[in-house]
Amino acid sequence: MTTTTTERTGSTADPAGTPDPAPRRRRKGSGGLGSYLLVRFLLIFPTIFILVTTVFFLMRATGDPITAALGGRLPADQLAERIREAGYDRPLFTQYLEYLGNLVQGDFGTTLSDRRPVLEVLTTFGIATLELTVYALIVAFIVGIPLGMLAAYSRDRFPDAVLRVFAILCYATPVFFAGLLLKLVFASGLGWLPVAGRASTGTEIELQFLENPTGFYLIDAFQTGDWDVISDVLEHAVLPAIALGLLTAGIFLRLVRTNVIGTLGTGYVEAARSRGVAESRLLRKHAYRPALIPIITVMGLQIAILLVGAVLTETTFEWKGLGFQLAQYLQARDFVAVQGIVVLLAVIVAVTNFIVDIIAALIDPRVRY
Amino acid sequence: MATATSVPTQAGPAGEPDGTPARRRRSWRRLPIVHQLGQSVGLQRGMLVAGLVLMGVFLLTALFAPLLAPYEYGQLRDADGLFGAQQPPSGDHLLGTTVGGYDVLSRVIWGSRTALYVIVVAVLLSIVAGVLLGLVSGYFGGWLDRVLVVIADAIYAFPALLLAIIVAIVISGGQSSLWGGILAAAISITVVFIPQYFRVVRAETVRIKSEAFVESARVIGASNRRIMLRHVLRNATRTLPLILTLNASEAILTLAGLGFLGFGIEATEAAEWGYDLQQSLSDVTSGIWWTSLFPGLAIVLVVLGLTLVGESLNDLADPRLRTRRRVADQEPAEEGEVAAVPGGALTRGPAGVGGLGVTVAGERPGTPASAGATGAEPAEGQVAGPDVTGRDGGGTRS
Repeated sequence: MTTTTTERTGSTADPAGTPDPAPRRRRKGSGGLGSYLLVRFLLIFPTIFILVTTVFFLMRATGDPITAALGGRLPADQLAERIREAGYDRPLFTQYLEYLGNLVQGDFGTTLSDRRPVLEVLTTFGIATLELTVYALIVAFIVGIPLGMLAAYSRDRFPDAVLRVFAILCYATPVFFAGLLLKLVFASGLGWLPVAGRASTGTEIELQFLENPTGFYLIDAFQTGDWDVISDVLEHAVLPAIALGLLTAGIFLRLVRTNVIGTLGTGYVEAARSRGVAESRLLRKHAYRPALIPIITVMGLQIAILLVGAVLTETTFEWKGLGFQLAQYLQARDFVAVQGIVVLLAVIVAVTNFIVDIIAALIDPRVRY
Repeated sequence: MATATSVPTQAGPAGEPDGTPARRRRSWRRLPIVHQLGQSVGLQRGMLVAGLVLMGVFLLTALFAPLLAPYEYGQLRDADGLFGAQQPPSGDHLLGTTVGGYDVLSRVIWGSRTALYVIVVAVLLSIVAGVLLGLVSGYFGGWLDRVLVVIADAIYAFPALLLAIIVAIVISGGQSSLWGGILAAAISITVVFIPQYFRVVRAETVRIKSEAFVESARVIGASNRRIMLRHVLRNATRTLPLILTLNASEAILTLAGLGFLGFGIEATEAAEWGYDLQQSLSDVTSGIWWTSLFPGLAIVLVVLGLTLVGESLNDLADPRLRTRRRVADQEPAEEGEVAAVPGGALTRGPAGVGGLGVTVAGERPGTPASAGATGAEPAEGQVAGPDVTGRDGGGTRS
């Protein structure tokens, strides 16, 4: 993702492909990092603005949220009354400006179904999604990177074939189906792990009595210092983390394999090999590290994928995070809440991409312009 | 993939290592897929063939669904009365029945048809729109180009499934008839895909329009339209078969994701795998496995087939990843070129994004990526960084 994003920056700056004087000057003056960061930072705003605008007008293209939620269940005059109260009868453009103004002040609106501020919903459930995403990333790293190196090492031989098929299976399997299978085998089949939820009821109650709960259950569990609570929280996390993590693990595996094969063919590895460095050491010390840089730069895209995957995983495992909540609101046809969650996720994705681009630029000078 | 075949074959085997029969190739052997099949060896050929077989089975199942399926997708009873809910697999119902009392096998088979509709509509719409926009934007440049690029980038960065949800809300208001549901899924997928085709085609167009043959066409007075359609378009589309297979798999996953979140097509209107999986959620808790296993497997197999084909095409297009024939192994020239892509390893690799990244980079003269790519394999080097698939696998997820 990242590289593209950066590439994008370049292509926006000079779409014709004829380098105009400005970027050339920038490239010569080697202080390019500062201006690159600035341009990249400024680019966040149009991105978010376009997304917010698109989402707003798309959601309103079919009508107002109140009719969508209650249409058919209320008499026409009451419905009209509710619409007038909420201000949805005014011109669309006025509403749009008001919406933008509210957004800038951090007001995402109030949900229709349970009358909570959207922002409160976002902060309450966002942390649970964050927790799941972190676990999934850990699984992805643990599984993806060593296996990717193994595949590159045994290129075109049997383990490579098996691992490549495994990687493809990882991302050919929809997360929710992977989740369902894991549940079938390990939860309802073997009974080793809990079927759903973030913790058992006892634990949830115990966690509520903490003085300053973070909402990140593992941290909270450590705060209690009770090993039963900690293991309970971990047991609940295993299956969702694997379901979501494998998806990314497949992509990491592939990426590490491709890049290690690429670096194994470069001159400096060749040189080291001719000096008699052992194959395994070549892999570990010489080829592996440069191959990791792409992983960092792909993380930006992975975050977007993980967030969407989290929506589906949470629904599968009744993990009460943003995604689970999003599915609930979708079913309740509460489009104010849906809009809030979608916009928040879009902002998270845009900001993560920015951060990842910066990290990539710091690591690899060639990324800059 | 039938559509792939219609794409003009510019990907000539310029640097083909196998010497003897290459010159006398008949034209059909240069078609995409067929060409790659001949180019591949060993494991790579195995993966490509396996993928093609899976795709073939899928297509046949979808086409002959009425003959293959024992019952209708919405059938609840036969001469002997109701099927009954959650019946385990038996002689009457080979794969059991669902919680709603439908026959699982029939719904799995009919589901392939729904999936095929969605793929065809989504891919056609997004190719037409994306290619046209990319062509116009890249060819004319100017403010229109800038605006389109910014918008495409913004949409590209947006998680696909979320966008699909919103478009589905707009189109169907959430509840769906057969075609309403198919269109909702297809159009939402289209919106997500347009930027991908747009970016690739635009980047290629920008590159091609500065080439000598375009220049000469302009000199002899060819109209913009003629130049765009005859000279630029045909050369800018050679990466499409690859993106197309990958996007088809993404389309299936997005459709299933929508269905799983409750935006599926109602059981009485058509069979849809994601919807069936959602219905089976509660079965899983009580250990009923047949309602979720089979629709899920169907999704996995179709996506697997498409991905295998896409990934094989991708690897074959990338000289660093192509499994080399024995003869080629001994040719120092080829090795040399492969090693000459160190820049490529970073510039393209991360790109995940890929091929997209590469092509965009390529448009600026003198970047390591373009040098490496063109140097290594003039015809195909640009086709794709390793990452088109990387991106895709991901996006897919949605």
